[in-house]
Amino acid sequence: MNAIKIEGLVKTYGSVRALDGLNLEVRSGSVFGFLGPNGAGKTTTLRILAGLALPNAGNASVSGIALSNTTPAPYARTGYLPEEPAFYPWMTPREYLDYVGRIFKIGSKERSARVDELLDVVGLKEVSKRHIGGFSRGMRQRLGIAQALVNHPEVLLLDEPVSALDPAGRKEVLELIEELGKECTVLMSSHILADVERVCDTVGIINKGKLITQAIKAELMEKYAIPALELVAGNGMAQQISEWKERIERMTSVSGVSIEGYTFRIAVKDVHSAQRELMQDAIRQNAHFERLEIVKPSLEDIFMQLVNGVEEKK
Amino acid sequence: MSFTTAFHKELLEQRRTRRFMIAIVVLVLFGMTSPLLAKMTPQIITMIPGGEAFSMLIPTPTINDAVAQYIKNITQFGVLLALVFGMGAVAVEKDKGTAAMTLSKPMTRWSFLLAKFAAMSVTFIIAVLVAAIACYYYTFFLFGELAIGAWLVLNGLVTLYLLLYAAITLFYSTLTRTQYVAIGLSFGTLILLGILGSLPGIGANFPDALISNASLIMMGETPKNWSGLWVSLGLIFLSLAGAWLVFRKQEL
Repeated sequence: MNAIKIEGLVKTYGSVRALDGLNLEVRSGSVFGFLGPNGAGKTTTLRILAGLALPNAGNASVSGIALSNTTPAPYARTGYLPEEPAFYPWMTPREYLDYVGRIFKIGSKERSARVDELLDVVGLKEVSKRHIGGFSRGMRQRLGIAQALVNHPEVLLLDEPVSALDPAGRKEVLELIEELGKECTVLMSSHILADVERVCDTVGIINKGKLITQAIKAELMEKYAIPALELVAGNGMAQQISEWKERIERMTSVSGVSIEGYTFRIAVKDVHSAQRELMQDAIRQNAHFERLEIVKPSLEDIFMQLVNGVEEKK
Repeated sequence: MSFTTAFHKELLEQRRTRRFMIAIVVLVLFGMTSPLLAKMTPQIITMIPGGEAFSMLIPTPTINDAVAQYIKNITQFGVLLALVFGMGAVAVEKDKGTAAMTLSKPMTRWSFLLAKFAAMSVTFIIAVLVAAIACYYYTFFLFGELAIGAWLVLNGLVTLYLLLYAAITLFYSTLTRTQYVAIGLSFGTLILLGILGSLPGIGANFPDALISNASLIMMGETPKNWSGLWVSLGLIFLSLAGAWLVFRKQEL
């Protein structure tokens, strides 16, 4: 059964078509990674599902209940975390979670226990009596996650849930999301592909308001199992890195390039042709490297292949 | 239930952001000092160099002067407070994203709006009540007894007048995303209603007539035209209904 079903969703803002006939199905109990470049339509989709925006056309349903097409209204068993959660600065986290519990009509005793539990889960128990106004972005993000869980949601909508967290906080929250996947359906948008690769079992990639692909992560990785190459530039090549990247992108056997420090991650169409092209280019341009090796493709490689439209060429 | 939760939060906000205290302090201060100011005006003028010459021209202050001073002060500063309290009520919540956080949960938009108006009403009712008691005490002490029934009616009408501007500002706050636009539009409406209220013939049909009627009642007269009251009630209803009609379809 599908927890979320979206059919032909269209959303325009003036002349901008944020969603262009989006179709998406999220299976119950899955942790769904919703990927896409900036402006692809991820946040718009989540806002429509959270009952904060109306589509111009198309339908969406959450747990079999159709969302209104005339008046924005949320589905009561949804938890929603926006990209930048906002709170009343004069409230304490305990008061805010209690307020959310009241909105969900949770009885006083149960509410109090749930608030304690969630403060503990997100690591805000020690600051539970401090005003939110003095919180860091990371603390607000943790509180945002807690408020999305107050009602034991059937469907959890998370818009970039770990973008504001430090590495330790990110690890904790990702583990929490993984755990939540056992209790509810999670739809998580993120631009950090490593995070999605780590916690999600299903992946959907959206670009320009349209779904490019949707599959179980393992199947997706297998389908696009063309290896990638990793090239580590040698010392003294710092000045030429960006120029080198441009040359690699132009190579016929290459479908995408990303850089981290001195390391190029190169998605390829054909490994041997790409190796040959890279070597010839290095000799021609007198560019030296420390290492060139074949590596397993990551979700990032697949994402870049798909977003760059390589799928169609194939 | 949804309304009760929102109302509880709004009352807490009025307290925590000190709006409740500010409204009481400002209105009580002007309520208390109005009879004092009326009583002391001749003495104040004689204290100004050369002012002795005018002291003979100033009539002895009466209880009506104290009441007139009270009405003037409480409506001027009360309306200012209503505009300031109402301008960000919805606009700031939309702008900061707190409205989206709340309304992505099963809180009706009508409850969200109505709770804001209800909490502002509670603040103004209590603040005017305390100011009225303070003013009554000082007036009694300095001038003599006021007719309690008429005094209550006067303060009821003053409160309604303030709530009208709170409702209008709430409407503009819903309409816009910027609180400064909301207060600008409210201020424009205040001026427009003031101009309409001063027009001969039709002026008695506008909200400023509430204040004229309140003065007449205090002077022991019975106002003949109450259409200003109905127009004010109608405008409050229209402002709240308009705010809801706009807000129910608004994207957050």
